[in-house]
Amino acid sequence: MAQVSLLIGFTLILLGLYGALTNRDILRMIVSFTIADAGVNVVLVSVGYMAHRTAPILDSAVPAGQAAARIIDPVPQVLVLTAIVIGLGVTALMLAYAYRLFRLRGSLDISQFMDLKW
Amino acid sequence: MIRNALIGLMLFILGSAFLTLTMGFEPATELNRTAAYYATHAQEEVGAQNVVTAVLITWRGLDTLGEVTVLFLTAAIVSLVLSRSKAPKGASGSGFLPSGELLTTGTKMLLPLIALLGAYVMANGHLTPGGGFQGGAILASGALLMLLADPSRRFGHKIIHRVESASGLAFVGLGLLGMLFAGGFLDNKLLPLGQFGALFSAGIIPIVSVLIGLKVGAEFASILESLEETEDA
Repeated sequence: MAQVSLLIGFTLILLGLYGALTNRDILRMIVSFTIADAGVNVVLVSVGYMAHRTAPILDSAVPAGQAAARIIDPVPQVLVLTAIVIGLGVTALMLAYAYRLFRLRGSLDISQFMDLKW
Repeated sequence: MIRNALIGLMLFILGSAFLTLTMGFEPATELNRTAAYYATHAQEEVGAQNVVTAVLITWRGLDTLGEVTVLFLTAAIVSLVLSRSKAPKGASGSGFLPSGELLTTGTKMLLPLIALLGAYVMANGHLTPGGGFQGGAILASGALLMLLADPSRRFGHKIIHRVESASGLAFVGLGLLGMLFAGGFLDNKLLPLGQFGALFSAGIIPIVSVLIGLKVGAEFASILESLEETEDA
């Protein structure tokens, strides 16, 4: 099971990178980065998966005494929670910059922006 | 041509590295030391049923504070970048067709429910999956719905900024109080741990969750607002 979700995550990363490298439109590149971001999150969560265990919540199904033997790793989940929020912030920033670029040049084609190219 | 070949080569190398990683991956059968510590000490040290929230708010509370700061910076930069192309008052949103009966009525019906769900998710972060970030995102989705239903609507900047700075200040203040009266910055034992599994338990976690939720909701709302107030929106 863990292999399947790992493969899905890695595929999403590759798809996102492919999209970001081949597309010329800045908005499409931003969407591709979002897809790659989702892939990274899927990979992180599936690394924390362990067979025959339950979610890290100590309710009646998981007596606190046996918690270490019953729950999956909570640390990757915390990391992904953080990564999702930061990813959203990064996406908002990219969109804001894309909007400013569009106002300045009237175009969203990345090949129009040569200022930093050598 | 060369470009496409290079891209293909890079993706192939990366893909084969990923494939090797996947094939060699064996799920762990036991928790590592950190995770085992978190799992066994969640009840007596933090008193939170949800171990993820316990790690996020108590054991790694300082990092969460940093994360909220990053979000605040994002909101500030977005509004700075977009402020140069801000539409004059009352001008934006006027060029669009009205959003339609279905969306306006649906928004009126759904908004209280969304706010209720957001408050529930925030307050129960230490018991069920959820917490400040998720609840804040739900609140911000309510703000997005409002903007979609009435594009020419303006939120009160003042209210959003006050909610944001008040909750941020309270978060840091709670942390400092923990230094004075409990074990350290953002220490959970500032308030009694209470009965394990009750709504009012787990020390300051519910309070911090609500504060984070308000702050995140206000920051997302201000990002949405500055994106919406541009000349073309």
